[in-house]
Amino acid sequence: MIVSMDLELKDVPGQLVRALIPVSESGANIMSVIHHHDQRTPSGAIPVQVVFQLTSGQLDEIIDNLEDNEMRVVSVDKKYRLESVTLILIGHIVHSDMGDTIDQIDSTGFAEVVNVSISMPGIDKPSSASIVISASGKSELIKAVGILKRVAGQKDLLVIEPIQTDSLR
Amino acid sequence: MRTVRLSIMGFGAVGQGVARAILQKKDYLSTMDIEPIVVGISDRGGACVEAGGVDLEAAIERKQKTGSVAASDLTALDVIKDIDHDIMVDATPTNIEDGEPGYTYMLEAFRHGRHVVTSNKGPLALKYSMLCDEADKNGVKFRFEATVGGAMPILNLAQDALAGNSVMSIEGILNGTCNYILSRMTEEGLSYKHVLGEAQELGIAETDPSYDVEGIDTACKLVILANSIFGMDVTYDDVDITGITKITPESLSLAGAEGMVIKLIGEVRDGNDGIIRVAPKLVPKNHPLAVGGTLNVALLRTDMAGPICVKGKGAGSIETASAILSDIIAICKNRC
Repeated sequence: MIVSMDLELKDVPGQLVRALIPVSESGANIMSVIHHHDQRTPSGAIPVQVVFQLTSGQLDEIIDNLEDNEMRVVSVDKKYRLESVTLILIGHIVHSDMGDTIDQIDSTGFAEVVNVSISMPGIDKPSSASIVISASGKSELIKAVGILKRVAGQKDLLVIEPIQTDSLR
Repeated sequence: MRTVRLSIMGFGAVGQGVARAILQKKDYLSTMDIEPIVVGISDRGGACVEAGGVDLEAAIERKQKTGSVAASDLTALDVIKDIDHDIMVDATPTNIEDGEPGYTYMLEAFRHGRHVVTSNKGPLALKYSMLCDEADKNGVKFRFEATVGGAMPILNLAQDALAGNSVMSIEGILNGTCNYILSRMTEEGLSYKHVLGEAQELGIAETDPSYDVEGIDTACKLVILANSIFGMDVTYDDVDITGITKITPESLSLAGAEGMVIKLIGEVRDGNDGIIRVAPKLVPKNHPLAVGGTLNVALLRTDMAGPICVKGKGAGSIETASAILSDIIAICKNRC
């Protein structure tokens, strides 16, 4: 999972390091830090944007730690965008509770459905959809596709996966 | 000059193709010191036998006029057992229920000391190891390049040309009928049923297309690849099969928007994550496996040579005969 976090820090020495320690100690990989000196808030705080990759640590714990240290967490944006795959679904996609199909992926905590394009040629005719799943890593993506295939099997939907292309690169 | 006596079992498109190939390639074969003589041909109606060599042109003409090559009371098994010859060419149609009549023909040929060259997938998909054991026991050769990919060399490529390499996986399009249907659906946005009807009218699909479109034919070919190249011991029942009957034109168009096409892909992989599976798959449009029309294609992943891709005509009378002839020549050269 990639997390983009907006913080507001007091303009005193050592604040940035204090803000990054809880993130770093959680095992997260810090990818980018932007220190917006020129965009002070009306109260004089300095906005900081931190982007990190979280593999095992708990995001809630990081936020609690920061807030305990009197740093304001303004917003948190989670993105599962490390690995993604496009698949095709064929069958009665909508009437077999499409929301549930998507929820089963989204509720994993490591993957989510980020795009669905659906084509419904007529009532009683099977629909077709292209569906994009993103996950926090390769093995998580394989797990998520496995979940989709299991759910699709229960709902009599055909899943078309891509061929493996890695070894040709 | 070495005389090689042959029998041809089954005289449909493939059997007649073999006869034509032998006629056409007479001079070419003589440069290799091979003089092929067909001593017997059989089909459902009976057999014709001539120790000095059947007149192949007359046999083809008789088949086309009367519907049978028969010119005697002998049966196929009589020819295999009683007429002295070196190589039995089995060009009987594939039967995935019990592999007959090809299975019995092959066993009897081995037991009578005849090498076997076949284009018939059924017996190999059902009883591969029993056939190989019987051939070994009788000290004769058993070759079947024509069973997979028609004219496209794949078994001989992996076993001869790529000798020394370990093949890790093979995936490809091994059924021209399915490839034609999916390619036409993609190009024209037509429904599966419509294109199937068109393919039947063109003679690309059978009246009962289930053998092709449900992935059975591809599965049989995978079993042959798995057993002969990967040394597995699998049968048709071990293959995970999904056909193309549910593919919609909308799904092809959605795939197209993502830069992909849908193809029926057969896949064999060795090792811990081993699989043997037939399923429609998304293939990037610029990938070597994205071939159109009725073409077949196979991608072999090898440890030393890396990925090797072959494509070619997967079916057809003279194309299949080409693969059979290459096996006959290999036996004559005694290099199999």
